[in-house]
Amino acid sequence: MSQETKPNATTPSASSNGNYRVLGTRPVRHDGADKVTGKAIYTGDVKRPSLAHGFVLRSPHAHAQIKSIDTSEAESMDGVLSVMTAKDLPDVADKIADLGEGSVNLSYLSDNILARDKVLYRGHAVAAVAAINVHIAEEAANRIKVEYEPLPSVTWVLDAMKEDAPLLHDDVHTNSGGEKSAEPSNVALHLNFEQGDVQKGFEEADVVVEREFKMATVHQGYIEPHTVVADWNQDGRIKIWASTQGSFTCRQQTAEVLQVPLSQVTVVPCEIGGGFGGKIAIYLEPVAAVLSRKTGRPVNIVMRRNDVFEATGPTPGAFVRVKLGATKEGKLTAGEAWLAYESGAYPGGMLGPGCMCVFSCYDIPNALVDGYEVCLNKPHIKAYRAPGATQAAFASESVMDELAEKLGIDILELQQKNAAKEGTRRVDGPVYPRVGLVECLDAAAASDHWNTPLDGENRGRGIANGFWFGCGLKSSVVASVNSDGTVNLTEGSTDIGGTRTSIAMQMAEVLGLDAEDINPQVVDTDNIGYTDVTGGSRTTFATGMAAYEAGRDLQQQMTVRAADLWECKPEDVQIESGVFTSNGQKANFKELAQQLFKAGEPLVGRATVAPDCSTNGFGTHIVDLEVDPDTGKVTILRYTVIQDAGKAVHPSYVEGQLQGGAVQGIGWALNEEYFFDDDGEMKNASFLDYRMPTAYDLPMIDTIIVEAANPDHPYGVRGVGETPIVPPPAAIANAIYHAVGVRMEELPMSPPRLWKAINQNQNGG
Amino acid sequence: MATVFIPSQLRKLTNGVEHLELEVQNVRQVIEELEARFPGIKERLCDGAELSPSIQVCVGQTISSRGMITKVAADSEVHFLPAIGGG
Repeated sequence: MSQETKPNATTPSASSNGNYRVLGTRPVRHDGADKVTGKAIYTGDVKRPSLAHGFVLRSPHAHAQIKSIDTSEAESMDGVLSVMTAKDLPDVADKIADLGEGSVNLSYLSDNILARDKVLYRGHAVAAVAAINVHIAEEAANRIKVEYEPLPSVTWVLDAMKEDAPLLHDDVHTNSGGEKSAEPSNVALHLNFEQGDVQKGFEEADVVVEREFKMATVHQGYIEPHTVVADWNQDGRIKIWASTQGSFTCRQQTAEVLQVPLSQVTVVPCEIGGGFGGKIAIYLEPVAAVLSRKTGRPVNIVMRRNDVFEATGPTPGAFVRVKLGATKEGKLTAGEAWLAYESGAYPGGMLGPGCMCVFSCYDIPNALVDGYEVCLNKPHIKAYRAPGATQAAFASESVMDELAEKLGIDILELQQKNAAKEGTRRVDGPVYPRVGLVECLDAAAASDHWNTPLDGENRGRGIANGFWFGCGLKSSVVASVNSDGTVNLTEGSTDIGGTRTSIAMQMAEVLGLDAEDINPQVVDTDNIGYTDVTGGSRTTFATGMAAYEAGRDLQQQMTVRAADLWECKPEDVQIESGVFTSNGQKANFKELAQQLFKAGEPLVGRATVAPDCSTNGFGTHIVDLEVDPDTGKVTILRYTVIQDAGKAVHPSYVEGQLQGGAVQGIGWALNEEYFFDDDGEMKNASFLDYRMPTAYDLPMIDTIIVEAANPDHPYGVRGVGETPIVPPPAAIANAIYHAVGVRMEELPMSPPRLWKAINQNQNGG
Repeated sequence: MATVFIPSQLRKLTNGVEHLELEVQNVRQVIEELEARFPGIKERLCDGAELSPSIQVCVGQTISSRGMITKVAADSEVHFLPAIGGG
């Protein structure tokens, strides 16, 4: 934190969740009217004079050498303004750029934006056209002649690991603890964690369960497709309006790919129709920028839905084997996991968190985790809400349920006996500070859902836990006090889930104002200090912390100014609940601001923060469902999400995150998957065929918010956005078992797959 | 003294040593002390003068974004972990 704690003001206790004036209330969101009346400006709403429209030509092959590209016919069409290929992008060195949350190899990033020598997945971009309208641009793109030499492709992770698998990159060698393999390989990364003595741990176990699990590739499924408007001005400055989770990382990636100075690029973060991790990487921005430079016009590109599926980062398909052992008293003695995660067309995926999360909910004294990240002919994997954790939890939480059954111990009791708590050492090494899993499990045990019997044929109940780290990273805010005592709060965090309001509420709490007295604005990269992405469950936590600190900064300034006004020393001015007092004088923030505005400099507060911590979010999900054994269709009857929020700043938004995460996890569990044919073509690249749950499919998702204060935040806040997607597949798999007696080992547990498993089980297969 | 945990994949370089105690002020000194004892370990953890972008350091219970200049308090633990990104 850049700001020191101020001496006179009341500092909230991080160990208690306190009674707050604003926190915990449910004010109307500041952007609500604009959102519901259609006035909010998304990138697709940006209109510029002489706006041209772009279209990207994509590979029909999953793996092929590009022999030649002939753009002449396209360029000669009426209405076509310009055509570009990878030759129009500068060569980018094989350099790793730190994006705050994660990093990116710029050479791979550039090659993914427009393929140079080889296409690595169907949908890989190879050329782009700018024209006076999108229809001409599309027609022209289709007249670009690309000569391909098709190569064998591979789309399943275990196949891609085989020695005779088609090799995607000649220059990728397996990185194992910083040591590179001698021969090139699709296996880009090997991770290993060891704790204690695993062999001895399993020898001490009375019951051991081991299973293997497969998971399909799934997409984030955000409603708004990737969209950009770029304007490369004649003075060399580039302005980009984007649907992005992070304007500053968008700026950095764009500048690096174009090899222009960072200061030459401005990114305007428009409203965003969902991201979930998929809108951190860039795809269209450099293409639109180069087309703008070549045409002298601003250029708009909107991805089609099938392109979003085929060419932007899904979350990895995976294979996971988990083995757990426990004593007959129900104490875990050992765990072993082997994970293989897709990284898609390039190295750099979600293996690390998968390996770190596979046993993160439990205290396991002896554990071994081996993980492999594998390149194959699918789009490059990107983050999706708790990336890598859901796959791992599906395996480990399913095995926990089976272990409980074999031990004859209630599953919730087994979870409680082994739950991670303060002092528990994770398999990757660190020890937890105060965390809230025990509180979540206790809340589950006391819940109406858990204590209501579930009757009926083919019905079952499942329970599972999940964890996500949550991070801090960097945030900046500026707070300008108006003459009426209200505050304009300027921030750089894209508002995805109501964070304008949850951040403003933290400033309001400090200053003794109402949430409505704060006017939060998300501004472009020229108008606020560096701010990392809205991701990693960090925004309400970290940008909220910055708002808290900026509020304290304002309080300090007002203390000095109040002392001048009241003719006393600053140390004689006290602040309690936002009210300034000294020797019989008394004024609240608004009253003081109005007086001070007439007597001296305007008041502007600021803060920058880079909190080094994880917010450690745990959650427990309970689900009741019914299986139709004749069709394999699962109907969710009741669903409860219990999660530790530390402090729920705006409970409605916390509930929304818990419900949204659960619904995405339910879709992942039951229906969502990429279907590929033998040629590596995705056969269901539309929302019609890529089956996501709708309101018709689900009951109301109940929520129970647990508040075990985070010691690293002044109000005890934890990130909440990612954890709720982790438990659903395992909870549903466990419920299916208790409904119809089959242990599902593959995601999604779609009707045909479940129907087949039920029939095999009935036939003793 | 801080306790520095050696990632399991680097323990070949430390002859199986899993952790050791070091008198250090920051992560840069941790790396230098490790390299002095176990030559070759620095190039496995670092990219030039900085931590490898694929690695993050955890001091105590805190994942640090400050890399080599992360302060290491006495009695704290130091772990080298894979870098992660969230959604």
